[in-house]
Amino acid sequence: MTDLVPAARRALAAALAAERLRIVAGLIRTTGDWDLAEDCVQDAAVRALDRWPTDGVPDNPAAWLTTAARRRALDVLRRRQTEAAKLREVQAMPYPGATGDDDRLELIFTCCHPALPLAGRVALTLKTVSGLSTRQIAAAFLTTEATMGQRLLRAKTKISHAGISFALPESHRLAERTAGVLAVIYLVFNEGYAASAGPAHDPLLAQEAVELAGLLAELLPYSPEVHALHALLLLQHSRWPARVDAAGDLVAMEDQDRRRWDRRVIDDGLRALQRARTEAGVTVGPYRVQAEIAALHATAPEPAATDWAGIVSWYDALLTAQSSPVVALNRAVALGFRDGPAAGLLALEEMADDPCLVGYHLVPAVRADLLWRAGRTAEAADAYRDALGLARTEAELRFLGRRLQRCQPTLDPDTV
Amino acid sequence: MKYLMFVATDTEPDTDPRPLPEITDWASLEHPRGRRLTGDRLRPVEDATTVRVRDGELLVTDGPFTESKEWIAGFDILDCDDLDAAIDIAAAHPMARLGRLELRPFWSLGLPE
Repeated sequence: MTDLVPAARRALAAALAAERLRIVAGLIRTTGDWDLAEDCVQDAAVRALDRWPTDGVPDNPAAWLTTAARRRALDVLRRRQTEAAKLREVQAMPYPGATGDDDRLELIFTCCHPALPLAGRVALTLKTVSGLSTRQIAAAFLTTEATMGQRLLRAKTKISHAGISFALPESHRLAERTAGVLAVIYLVFNEGYAASAGPAHDPLLAQEAVELAGLLAELLPYSPEVHALHALLLLQHSRWPARVDAAGDLVAMEDQDRRRWDRRVIDDGLRALQRARTEAGVTVGPYRVQAEIAALHATAPEPAATDWAGIVSWYDALLTAQSSPVVALNRAVALGFRDGPAAGLLALEEMADDPCLVGYHLVPAVRADLLWRAGRTAEAADAYRDALGLARTEAELRFLGRRLQRCQPTLDPDTV
Repeated sequence: MKYLMFVATDTEPDTDPRPLPEITDWASLEHPRGRRLTGDRLRPVEDATTVRVRDGELLVTDGPFTESKEWIAGFDILDCDDLDAAIDIAAAHPMARLGRLELRPFWSLGLPE
């Protein structure tokens, strides 16, 4: 009997991973009640854990969960008595495997509606689409559960009060609304990396972002930028195991142990990139360019073998499409590798006065790296000190501190 | 759903050289999921009058109740299936480019018309 419990848990986890979102989305569409939808799926999962170890795992666990969640919704609605129309809708909900009805895309677009505040879009997507708990999201964004609960409540309230429909955008808005969803996913991913630069090295947010991008690629298979973002996130995430050393410090890409890059994730990323190339229209979007650059890094067996010429030309393409000082900064780094540090420094000087970059620690940090590679050690040390004065996170400070030490051999404990 | 659309000025209007839609064309715009019930232009803030009663005393003052660089130049009442339909109608208004529009859903008191 007891060995049935882990089997039931495994089956439940698999069924929830595959079907939770579909069930939640269906219940939100039919009842318009976001909390009810989530509670009913929770309740179905609890019932499954109670029943399956004794009754055995059902032949179709997803259908069992859908039925249990729907029954729960019907019970609640019956108790409220006034909601006859919703009751009929829930009764008409299809079972998994039934064709036609899939409300997952509607749910994603609703969570990412531009009329919601950005923080609310992010929180609601992680809560409802990814199925994270309020506590998990609060921890990932370094805030309290109460604050995050308020943010979620405000977002759901605005959906109802402002008349945001649980619907796909109309075709003439589909491209910009899809771009909005991609921006939310990219923000979740970057937040995962920024937050993990602190003491907690937790891939949760980055992992969720990769899965959201994969889900969107499945639901919008003809959108090149969706595949491109999926590729970009996979390729960047493949380096996760190598980006922090045993002491918990950030490791620069050129110093990472490339054997620790996740080959399987890189292969998935390259496949997604191929999809993006196949679906591409006349214009190449910014995620595609970034994915192409990430692919050139991911496929270089060692730093010296990196195709810097290819990377510089992709940055040029990106800058033609959208002028961005941060992209120009990255281009200067790539140029420093393609043509040598002097060329990188020259490119950096041309853009250093950009008001958007004032106070940005990566400008002196990039200058310092280039000076160090040019053998101008004393100037490099000064630039690292400038960067240290501007950096904010603990991980950045430690990283820059070690770089500075490299310029000052007399301070290196090994040589004193 | 009903929305009050505030038509407001903006300190940073659109610089796109393409011609603006005519307000009369906008007012007769047909949208499959929404329509304009009524609306009009408003006199500028110099002509505004603010009314308050405090401790039984009537206080009438010149000007709008908030001082700001942007001011409300007009309003429309829209009746739409949902917010996306209202956004579509708002986006076609000439002041979406010259100024900005704010969509506020009605919070009905259910008073007699």
